[in-house]
Amino acid sequence: MDQILGNIGLLFEFPIVNLKIVIDGIMIGALFALAAYGLALVWGVMNVKNLAQGDFVIAGGYVSWWLVQHGFPALLGVPAAFVVMWCIGWIAYKLVITRVIERDLFTSLLATFGMAIMMAQILNLMFGSDTQSVDLGYQTLYFADGLIDVPIAKLIGVCMAAALAAGVILFMKNSRMGQAIRATAQDARAARVLGIDTEKVYAFTFSLNAAICGAAGAIIVMVWVIQPFYGITHSIRAFVIVTAAGLGNLPGVIAAGLGIGALEQYGAHIFGIGYQQAIAVMLLLLVLLIRLIQQLRVRQVLK
Amino acid sequence: MKKISLLSILTASVSLLFSQASFAAGDCDEIHLGSAISLTGKYATNGIHAKNGYEFAIKKIDENGGVKIGGKCYSFKVTYYDDESKGDRGATLAERLINQDKVQYMLGPYSSGLTKAIAPVTEKYKIPMIEAEGASRSLFNKGYKYLFAVLSTSEQYLASAVTLAAEMAEKSGKSPSSVKVAVAVENDPFSLDIRAGVLDDAKKYDMKIVIDEQLPRDLSDMSAILTKAKLLKPDLLIVSGHSKGAATAVRQIGEQNIKVPMIAMTHCEAADVTGKFGAAANDILCSTQWAETLSYEDPIFGSAANYEKEFKAAFPEYKDKKVPYQTAQASAAVYVFKDAFERAGSLDKDKLRDAIAATDLKTFYGDIRFAPEGNNIAKPMVLRQIQNGAYNVVAPSAFASHKLNWPRK
Repeated sequence: MDQILGNIGLLFEFPIVNLKIVIDGIMIGALFALAAYGLALVWGVMNVKNLAQGDFVIAGGYVSWWLVQHGFPALLGVPAAFVVMWCIGWIAYKLVITRVIERDLFTSLLATFGMAIMMAQILNLMFGSDTQSVDLGYQTLYFADGLIDVPIAKLIGVCMAAALAAGVILFMKNSRMGQAIRATAQDARAARVLGIDTEKVYAFTFSLNAAICGAAGAIIVMVWVIQPFYGITHSIRAFVIVTAAGLGNLPGVIAAGLGIGALEQYGAHIFGIGYQQAIAVMLLLLVLLIRLIQQLRVRQVLK
Repeated sequence: MKKISLLSILTASVSLLFSQASFAAGDCDEIHLGSAISLTGKYATNGIHAKNGYEFAIKKIDENGGVKIGGKCYSFKVTYYDDESKGDRGATLAERLINQDKVQYMLGPYSSGLTKAIAPVTEKYKIPMIEAEGASRSLFNKGYKYLFAVLSTSEQYLASAVTLAAEMAEKSGKSPSSVKVAVAVENDPFSLDIRAGVLDDAKKYDMKIVIDEQLPRDLSDMSAILTKAKLLKPDLLIVSGHSKGAATAVRQIGEQNIKVPMIAMTHCEAADVTGKFGAAANDILCSTQWAETLSYEDPIFGSAANYEKEFKAAFPEYKDKKVPYQTAQASAAVYVFKDAFERAGSLDKDKLRDAIAATDLKTFYGDIRFAPEGNNIAKPMVLRQIQNGAYNVVAPSAFASHKLNWPRK
């Protein structure tokens, strides 16, 4: 308890720390938001809750790491991971997802959970269980007496994440396929009646999701560390963000991603780093409670 | 169909891992040892280091004429099972090794947690187990009679850093009680012991603990702790969280430009912090059970330096890195088995147990003599400092080959 009070005291004693925490949180949150957006896409369009989301992220990280080990420039890792994970996503769709898409919720959860375990173990067999990271060798910018540090690598990562998100949004708005995806999300049967090949749309959506995750992973390996078994933590965060923001609410997903990033950092500062993830799960509970109360109110009005 | 074929590829590759186990020597009989060890899961890196250490020792012992019991020659053969880094799995596999494979002697798993899970099983069946990778002191206060450990217990790992910090404070004209200590350790038995050892020693000097936090198991970000370190300016920062803790800490210490005068951690080699982060790792203190520059020797492996050389020749994948101490101590455990079998002069497991308890052996890894509780009391812990990318022994001063760089820049 003393320690918690001391930690809160530090926030007031050195107000600039708040700024640092928020900046750190937003940079991390931007990456959470990417994976969460992919999840929202798959969830909304095909009603599959993909528990292997985090493992796609980690796999993308390994693609980028592998390229760097073989002498390619690190920044190439992001588009490469996008492409490779697109293919893996497509294979996963054809092998597994297409068989569970019409089944109930439980089947798809089990199938994707199985995929998550398989992927983590395959990565472990291929690359070993060491923590890996890619050091871009860029400098770090310091502000406010060195209290705020912004590694240029992180800045580049966030910019790439933003560019990717913008690209996906434009694609969904303007392209033919984007329209087809949105039409399928609204009403798959009606879309089929109007001549949209929904099977193709599903395969495309799932591949796109895997590719977005892969790119996020390639950025994460540049700014953090990855390990074959870290997938689950990214999956949990993606679920929290999507549940908090609601499906089909893209600005919401981004805001929730950034918010969770910042809140986790605050949680880690105040309660200790061991509770960083507990904060994310507590938030999920809170959001669900609020939603429940909102619904209750709606019912009362209907009466 | 496609799913099945993928699965079978996976099982095939897993069984491949098991099958490469033995190097049976010419005309010696076999002594069957068993080990449940982490070949997959979060401890796989170190589990494989340990397994390689076992295999290398078996090979060296075979080259030196095997194990001689009553004029007959024997060679060790180990049955390995993958415990997936999970305690319950480890205990099940130990039962299986003893009941189904009829193994009479066990080599330990990797990590204190797994050893804790397996020790009650070997104890129940009165199977002697020599382990090399479980350092938690809680293993040695349960009254186990069949558990022996060649390594120093974990509360000693970073306690010497506290002593060193006190020495440095005195040298610069300050009292040791003015030293502020920050502790960040993972929430597992091994790291919590390290913390206990550090806190005990810090208390002796009346030092102030300014940060005392526990890292989560799936740590990938510890900037919150490092920010606090910037504000509270400790004189000594202790980090322990297996290889991921070391990798994350060194990366972020570099990024956040943390200027603590002394930083000590575990698992630097396993995380390859010098290779991955270069200059950011400079002047960090790393605790180790063993270093190849130490002047220990024995007739099988030669000097510590010779062990390093020959091991790299046998396992080329270690060519560009340090041979981790996890490997050296695994080899030492096999050597203790050989020595004890020869002194017992019998394959009887109870005679063997008594012979192990009476071990007094000089090895390339250090002296080995067991306390009645089973831990090795003859070997000190070593602190090395990363100086321009090289690991140089700086403490304890009796073995130090280099001078400590302090304060850290």
